[in-house]
Amino acid sequence: MPMIKELFHNPPRKTQYLISVAAVISITALGLALHNLIGYRVVALMLLVTVSILALFLDIIPVIIAAALSALLWDLLFIPPRFTFAIGTPEDRLLLLMYFIIALIHAVLTYKIKQVQKEVRIREEKSKAIKFYNTLLNSLSHELRTPITTIIGATDNLMHAEKLSEKGKDELLSEISIASLRLNQQVENLLSMSRLESGVFQVKKVWCDVKELIYSVVQRFESGIQSKVSIFVPDNLPLFKLDYGLMEQVLHNLLSNAIQHNAEGTDIVITANCQEEKLLLTISDSGKGFPEKEIDRVFDKFYRVQGSHPGGTGLGLSIVRGFVEAHHGKIILTNLPLRGAMFSIEIPTEVSYINRLKNE
Amino acid sequence: MSNASILIIDDEVQIRKLLTITLESYNYNVQAAVNAKEGLTAVANHPPDLVLLDLGLPDESGHEVLRHLREWYTNPIIILSVQSSEDDIVKALDSGANDYLTKPFRTGELMARIRLALRKTSGDENNVIVEFDDLTIDYVARVVKKNGAVIKLTATEYSLLALMAKNEGKVLTHHYLLNQIWGPSYSNESQYLRVFVAQLRKKIETDANRPAHIITESRVGYRFVAK
Repeated sequence: MPMIKELFHNPPRKTQYLISVAAVISITALGLALHNLIGYRVVALMLLVTVSILALFLDIIPVIIAAALSALLWDLLFIPPRFTFAIGTPEDRLLLLMYFIIALIHAVLTYKIKQVQKEVRIREEKSKAIKFYNTLLNSLSHELRTPITTIIGATDNLMHAEKLSEKGKDELLSEISIASLRLNQQVENLLSMSRLESGVFQVKKVWCDVKELIYSVVQRFESGIQSKVSIFVPDNLPLFKLDYGLMEQVLHNLLSNAIQHNAEGTDIVITANCQEEKLLLTISDSGKGFPEKEIDRVFDKFYRVQGSHPGGTGLGLSIVRGFVEAHHGKIILTNLPLRGAMFSIEIPTEVSYINRLKNE
Repeated sequence: MSNASILIIDDEVQIRKLLTITLESYNYNVQAAVNAKEGLTAVANHPPDLVLLDLGLPDESGHEVLRHLREWYTNPIIILSVQSSEDDIVKALDSGANDYLTKPFRTGELMARIRLALRKTSGDENNVIVEFDDLTIDYVARVVKKNGAVIKLTATEYSLLALMAKNEGKVLTHHYLLNQIWGPSYSNESQYLRVFVAQLRKKIETDANRPAHIITESRVGYRFVAK
């Protein structure tokens, strides 16, 4: 189906000529078979319909060629006296002329309509791009300037430290620290996003111990959070060929998303399994879940769930989806029946059972 | 280990200033160089106990500096890099860097890495029996004990552990480990390494999922630490 669509959309020039000539010749052949039954004037209408249909999909020059070719063939093969370019009656002469003009008008009109449509499409894309840029700039200027403002303000204050209490100083220092970490996270996300969109992005697959991967990501969070993270990974899980760094970031973003957007102490469960050369990963939480209406949009760039916790660029989950798709995998989000939500990731990849062999 | 001397080679004035103030506050003697040429001269004139080397220098790449230094200089070199490109880091480690930090890094992390690198590595002092917290390795008898009890290791597991322990604190790349233990033709067979590290952790770590000795350096390799 997509191939057919592509063919109609904008096939290469050579294919277009081929299609127009082939269509005219096959309808002419059909006309030859039927003309005793239907008369040669109806054959002209059949050819006209063919040219009109071609005009819908092809560029103007192949269509004009089809119009001229069909007029010639009709004259040569059908208008009496047949098999000559001579035309017997003035009526037929007029008919041929009109045939050619109508075919030409069809070709030109359809072409013009297509041009207008194209312009509208370009204009729409442009306004979409502008809207996207505005969202980007709004999000960026807010998310980057807030921590920068904090840092500048706090350092200005600390330079005139004589007016500050010890407690005040400590608080300002801790604000600077939080702001710069936040700034770093934003920059990290933006870099990942532009890496994904640059097209030069490559997935470097190596053999990964997924259990080790999960524990190492979770460990980075453990000191700072109240949530309990439970990990369920079967002991005989095979090794998978994955990009370790990208998968680390996938897990990191999902985990930080679950922690940031749920109340403190929300339980989080991570599982990993292997099913038919596929890695299945789930990350679920017992939090408040996602509004059903917005569930399809959470992976969109800069999309923020209504009334969600401030902070974050709205890029975390789009990066997750981008990295999973770079592995030719899928990610879906579902709300759990009782409470909370679950992200399920499925990645088709090479699997190695070498770790099940008795060693040496 | 205070009063050890550290040379910073970094072209960014802010980073040099930050590092100088920080390191001096921890009682290190600090010198700083702004490019590759100055850095190489500084090491030649007063060989420091440790070098902090930025990979992105204006006159010559940090990799070149590293290569020149490693022709004769044996003290620890820690790489500073803004790129988190693992290829760059692996290349630097394979050409003799002891450790790496990607900017931005926390001060605590930097100080820990410096301490680790400056620790007299017990392995290369020809010590026969070395203790690493709850682990004891007897390199002559090829025996490993955990809390006094002997741990049964296969020959490959022992070689891997011994190699890492002799390079205590140093990041060893996947490539290097595979090459040393399994030989050059296995240097891309990372699945062997994954499997043996997992097995080794089950035997020597108190909690194999939260390893205290064999630490994963994401995308790069492993590091053995005493604790």
